[in-house]
Amino acid sequence: MTRLRASAIASYLMLVILALIYIYPFLLSLAGSFKTDADATNNPLSLLPQTWSFAAYERLFTQVPLPLWAMNSVIVAVIVTLGRVFLDSLAGYALSRLQFRGRTVVFAGLIAVMAVPNVVLLIPRFLMIKELGIYNTYAGMIIPLLVDAAGIFIMKQFFESIPVSIEEAARIDGAGIFRTFWTIVLPMARPALVTLFILSFQGSWNEFAHFIISRQSTDLNTLTTGVASLFSGQLGSGNQFPLKLAAAVLMTIPVAVLFFIFQRKIMSTTEGAEKG
Amino acid sequence: MAKGIRGGEASRGWLFISPALVIIGLFLVLPIVLALWVSFSDWNGLGSPLGGNTSFVGTKNYEKLILDPGLSQRDFGTSIRNNFYYVLFVVPLQTALALFLAVQVNRRILKARGFFRTAFYFPSVTSSIAITGIFIFLFSASGAINALLGWLGINGPNWLADPSGVFHNFLTLFGVNSPPAALAAGGPLGISWWEWLSGPSVAMCMLIVLAVFTTSGTFMLIFLAGLQGIGAEIDEAALMDGTGPFRKFFSITLPMLKPTLFTVITLGLIGTWQLFDQIYLTGGGKPGKTLLTPAYLSYQTSFNELNWGPGAAMAFLLFVLIVLLTLLQRYVLRDRNKGEKLDKELQRQIAIQASIRSGKTS
Repeated sequence: MTRLRASAIASYLMLVILALIYIYPFLLSLAGSFKTDADATNNPLSLLPQTWSFAAYERLFTQVPLPLWAMNSVIVAVIVTLGRVFLDSLAGYALSRLQFRGRTVVFAGLIAVMAVPNVVLLIPRFLMIKELGIYNTYAGMIIPLLVDAAGIFIMKQFFESIPVSIEEAARIDGAGIFRTFWTIVLPMARPALVTLFILSFQGSWNEFAHFIISRQSTDLNTLTTGVASLFSGQLGSGNQFPLKLAAAVLMTIPVAVLFFIFQRKIMSTTEGAEKG
Repeated sequence: MAKGIRGGEASRGWLFISPALVIIGLFLVLPIVLALWVSFSDWNGLGSPLGGNTSFVGTKNYEKLILDPGLSQRDFGTSIRNNFYYVLFVVPLQTALALFLAVQVNRRILKARGFFRTAFYFPSVTSSIAITGIFIFLFSASGAINALLGWLGINGPNWLADPSGVFHNFLTLFGVNSPPAALAAGGPLGISWWEWLSGPSVAMCMLIVLAVFTTSGTFMLIFLAGLQGIGAEIDEAALMDGTGPFRKFFSITLPMLKPTLFTVITLGLIGTWQLFDQIYLTGGGKPGKTLLTPAYLSYQTSFNELNWGPGAAMAFLLFVLIVLLTLLQRYVLRDRNKGEKLDKELQRQIAIQASIRSGKTS
């Protein structure tokens, strides 16, 4: 019994230490953002600032165009998320329920497209955006991200898991295809829609590479490209860690909030996919 | 009359799917064709690559990277070497750690399972920019990591400024400072064998730790799902037989997790060859080009040096590599159930991939 006890305690201890390793960097950055430049450099491990300083946050809102970056991030993330949730479900529904010639080919194409790595698309997308004359515009930043093959796949899988009888009943009652989809199928697909919502928001909020190649104007900086410009040293002298950390903390808040609201859901996302 | 409740499905089907097809066609398929053309052309970035000033140069751009001795070839070779060591260390480490964490938090008797899962997963949801920024702070010369090492009496390196390879550094301990004559020259892609054997640079070690830190949570979730598929009965049967935890893990759990393990490893291989954001943030390949990766080099060659042909060619070489890895995964999984078009296992794995992909656009 005591041996069992001791091993249980040991394994808890190990897990607690591991958890601490995973959490500490975030706590340290939060603390660091309230330190002075010298304090952040001299006491890198301390979770308590020697004197609390809000200078970093003040600067972010006065000397750095952080509010502008945040606004651009919100615009892009909201439109991309809404677009993906709607267009991916439409396409997923067609692929799972509607009989039309060429459906199998389209689906096979989709699976093939999912194998294309994003990082390889940087040059190709830039070329296309230039050709279409939407470089340096919201359109160029948003439209290429509006649909993703992976999202369509997720929705198709989900629609296939719900019984077709309810839709058929509605159709026999004379409801059109779009109305059946909109008022009957989508409400039933809530779990998958929430999953897609979370993934799309997280993906577009954290997107970086695409905004590097689709715009150049600093007015179109999102939080990711803006904060990256802070790190690549457009601030002048010194390491200015508190300022950079404060920016990192602020840009993490929306995804963190989303994460804690939908924690259960997110943790079972891949499990849900398993059941697919 | 004849249409019945299936009436109008064909037109609606195409209508429903057309926005997706147009966007994927316009911003994925066509761009790839356009870039493929650029990779065989001498386009200099001015005007449209389809305009009159651009001409076909055959495989010249590819030759420049692979065959012709010179800076382009050396840089490409260096980037392959750097990324290779990154993959070599990250994939086994993240897979092992993720599996370990999953087994730990899957134990039914464990209290606060939710807390631990959250703690391990949280780094996976933060943006690459924020978390890389945080790591630059932690690994700065007088940062937290070196302070910790200081407690242990170790004088930590100036991580991000140190281009020395860790294998070379290890050999230095035994007094080997310069390459033996046999290795001093003659390696592939314009890099000497000695350079190929450098190991990851000290700077790259930071990115290796960062990758393991941010991806172990995601892969932990995939393993958890796999573990839950194994079910409690087998666990209990093993317990009844008096099988110890180690034997149980290696002779029961691990063999049953094989498909999941395979997925995690291929996803790891695919992901690690796409290292870009972190390189951008740490100074574009510095120190001493030891952080250059093919993904970043392709961007830099095109966008900064305006050598669009070689840049696009590099992107395609990377594309081929990653597609081969993906095909390998699909082929191995498909082979299990011969005959079925898209068997269950493959579908399950693609679903996992899908949920990871749409959460991380790059």
